[in-house]
Amino acid sequence: MLAFIARRLIATIPVLLFVAVFVFMLLRLTPGDPAAIIAGDNATADQVDAIRAKLGLDEPLLTQFMIWSGGVLSGDFGESFFFKKTVAELISQRIEPTLMLSLCTIILAVLIAVPVGVLAASRQGGWVDRIVMGFSVMGFSVPTFVIGYLLIYVFAILLGWLPVQGYRRISEGFGDFIIRLIMPSITLAVIYIALISRITRASVIETLGEDYIRTARAKGLPGRVVLLRHALRNAAVPIITVIGIGVALLIGGVVITESVYNIPGLGRLTVDAVLARDFPVIQIVIMMFSFTFVLINLVIDLAYSVLDPRIRY
Amino acid sequence: MAIVSTSLKRAAAVGLLTAFMSGGAMAQTLRVVQHGNLTILDPIWTTAYVTRNHGYLIYDTLFSADENYVTKPQMVDKWSVSQDKLTWSFTLRDGLEWHDGQPVTSEDCVASLKRWAARDAMGLKLWDFVKELKTVDAKTFEIVLKEPYGLVLESLGKPSSQVPFMMPKRIAETNPMEQIKSQIGSGPFIYKTDESKPGEKHVYIKNPKYKPRAEPASGLAGGKVVKVARVELVEMPDTQIQANALIAGEIDIVEAPPHDLLPILKAEKKIVLADWNPLGQQFIIRFNHVVKPFDNPKIRLAALYAINQEDYLKATVGDPAYYKVCAAVFICGTPFATDKGGEILLKSNFEKSKELLKEAGYDGTPVVVMQSTTLPILTNTAPVTKSLLERGGFKVDMQSMDWQTLVSRRTKKDPADKGGWNILHTFSVSADVLNPISTSYLVAAGDKGWFGWPTDPEMEKLRDAFAKETDPAKQKELAEKVQLRALETAQYGWIGQWYGPGAHRDNIKGWLKAPVPVFWNIEKTGS
Repeated sequence: MLAFIARRLIATIPVLLFVAVFVFMLLRLTPGDPAAIIAGDNATADQVDAIRAKLGLDEPLLTQFMIWSGGVLSGDFGESFFFKKTVAELISQRIEPTLMLSLCTIILAVLIAVPVGVLAASRQGGWVDRIVMGFSVMGFSVPTFVIGYLLIYVFAILLGWLPVQGYRRISEGFGDFIIRLIMPSITLAVIYIALISRITRASVIETLGEDYIRTARAKGLPGRVVLLRHALRNAAVPIITVIGIGVALLIGGVVITESVYNIPGLGRLTVDAVLARDFPVIQIVIMMFSFTFVLINLVIDLAYSVLDPRIRY
Repeated sequence: MAIVSTSLKRAAAVGLLTAFMSGGAMAQTLRVVQHGNLTILDPIWTTAYVTRNHGYLIYDTLFSADENYVTKPQMVDKWSVSQDKLTWSFTLRDGLEWHDGQPVTSEDCVASLKRWAARDAMGLKLWDFVKELKTVDAKTFEIVLKEPYGLVLESLGKPSSQVPFMMPKRIAETNPMEQIKSQIGSGPFIYKTDESKPGEKHVYIKNPKYKPRAEPASGLAGGKVVKVARVELVEMPDTQIQANALIAGEIDIVEAPPHDLLPILKAEKKIVLADWNPLGQQFIIRFNHVVKPFDNPKIRLAALYAINQEDYLKATVGDPAYYKVCAAVFICGTPFATDKGGEILLKSNFEKSKELLKEAGYDGTPVVVMQSTTLPILTNTAPVTKSLLERGGFKVDMQSMDWQTLVSRRTKKDPADKGGWNILHTFSVSADVLNPISTSYLVAAGDKGWFGWPTDPEMEKLRDAFAKETDPAKQKELAEKVQLRALETAQYGWIGQWYGPGAHRDNIKGWLKAPVPVFWNIEKTGS
């Protein structure tokens, strides 16, 4: 097992190297000049040139890459062109909102989707099943930002029950913290509830047709025990896979949700950095996302062996 | 009974939630959303307006423009000018202190002026005339000129970016090409570095040691009396969320809601629209003078004949309550405004445009018009230009891009079909375009000028003459000549004035009328 983990971690090195080169080149080749943005609208071309030189953007691409990659290898992720803060500092400030939003979303999605999926499977073809599948299709179809704006309109503007936007850290009080995460988590969770409940339903239905389920029923086990202990456990591998994929895809979802609810997380940082062409920030954030993606896949693989003892690495 | 009980429970729940969300200090905290994110904190290093606004919170100025754009002393107590108009002497007010408790001295001011003059167009112009800048004593300094200059006080009291803010000497001695690292000023608010989180909010607290002038506040001048304990500049890029948050009472002020949201905000009982910047903004159409076809003045003039202000204003702002057709380059209603010659910008004359193109030998090469799709107020300017120029006989290639790409591409002097450009649109706060010196679009010194790089020695002579002139009547004559010259050479086009009111909760009082949103004098009552 440890050898497997080590192998997988070593395999991330070429992935990260490729991402580093790709993102670095892509940023330099796309139009947009951070120096011109920093200088402001009333600046002259001379002022823009001076700032470009100051940021080292007038150096050849290879030199720029060597300087940047040398810094990263020695643990120096560079400094934002705009904020005059290190990239590490910016990320450390923004990581909590994103982590908390992701965590709440996944917990909410799993807590709702798995039982609903199992319920739909156990009532296959019935009205419960049809309702669940109907909502599932709707969850897939409605864009995240539409759900966000609808929830804001109903629960913040019309009813005044929840705040429109913003984020409070846990250290500023749990009440303030959780109340601001309710709508963003629901918004982001809708699509995952749809996805996970569908897969759960399909997987459980498939398992319910297996011989050992018939055997369990023949033994006289109650329907609930058969469903939860025998069917669900054996249906878990595809469910875990889709949850893992969901966690990875959350990275894209938080970008939109954080923008809709004005949450100062990594998603907003990425959007702001891309719009401002803040190269040092974009490079490190994307590498971090890539690394997270690889790690999540590793965790999913390890989870398989826990859920299914037949799988060994 | 059950209904009453349910309602009571709901009311209690809402009350609890509201209490949950609100802090005890909410009434004393003014929460403001600016028109953009504040990322750079050095108002001399960038011309960005959000950074200028930050500057007004924490720094003070030697002079300031009042509500009528008259320059008034601010940090300066007394000033005098010699008979020959060459030596200007300034004495600071008593009791001025930096946020770290050190006294403000004339040495600080000298260092601050030197750094500002190295970056700002109006400062650079002033410095062409400065022979010496020296301290006399701890509170007095002198500017000695080589020859009389008509805009000394106007330069020192320049209202908009880049503003000559005063900084402690050790900070002001930072290389003008590098950002300052410390946020210590002597202004009415203190920046809380430890509480500010870029991308989330910037926090300022009232400066308890600030000594406001005795005069009532007017524009950017007069007594800067702070009436709230704390100002938070909340970063909120989405304009719909800004409006929602304002309606829900989570923020107090939105500096510049987009025009399409104004009817919604106007309909809300607890929201007030405030015309805090009565001079508004001016749209600009800029030609690239160094590449074909606009290196030919006749072709530029043909373009000016094809356009008209009303079409731009209708397409961008829409509601006539928020725009004004104005023939004057120096903003209607201000001292140097004149209609002379500007009528060609008010009505399209497509026949004249075609005639000029024929005379100029225009070969039908498409004109590349850059369209910004991410700055809503500018998005519709390019399609209007495309339509009008095509009717005037041009071929137009409109290329859409985000604003950041546009500001990058506008620095390129390559031919338009090789990554360069022919036309761009922008806008300027009116306070930046009130005279021939502060209006950067009028600089006609080639590479030293604004993007588009016009070269016109005659225009530079006129601007110099204006700068040297100290008689207001003669200045006005020269300003008129500048306008006529700009139109004669079709240096650029001013394509209408527009206004963007701010929006605030009805418990906010005292938002001053000025070209910059300022937060002294504002009171907040209730929660």
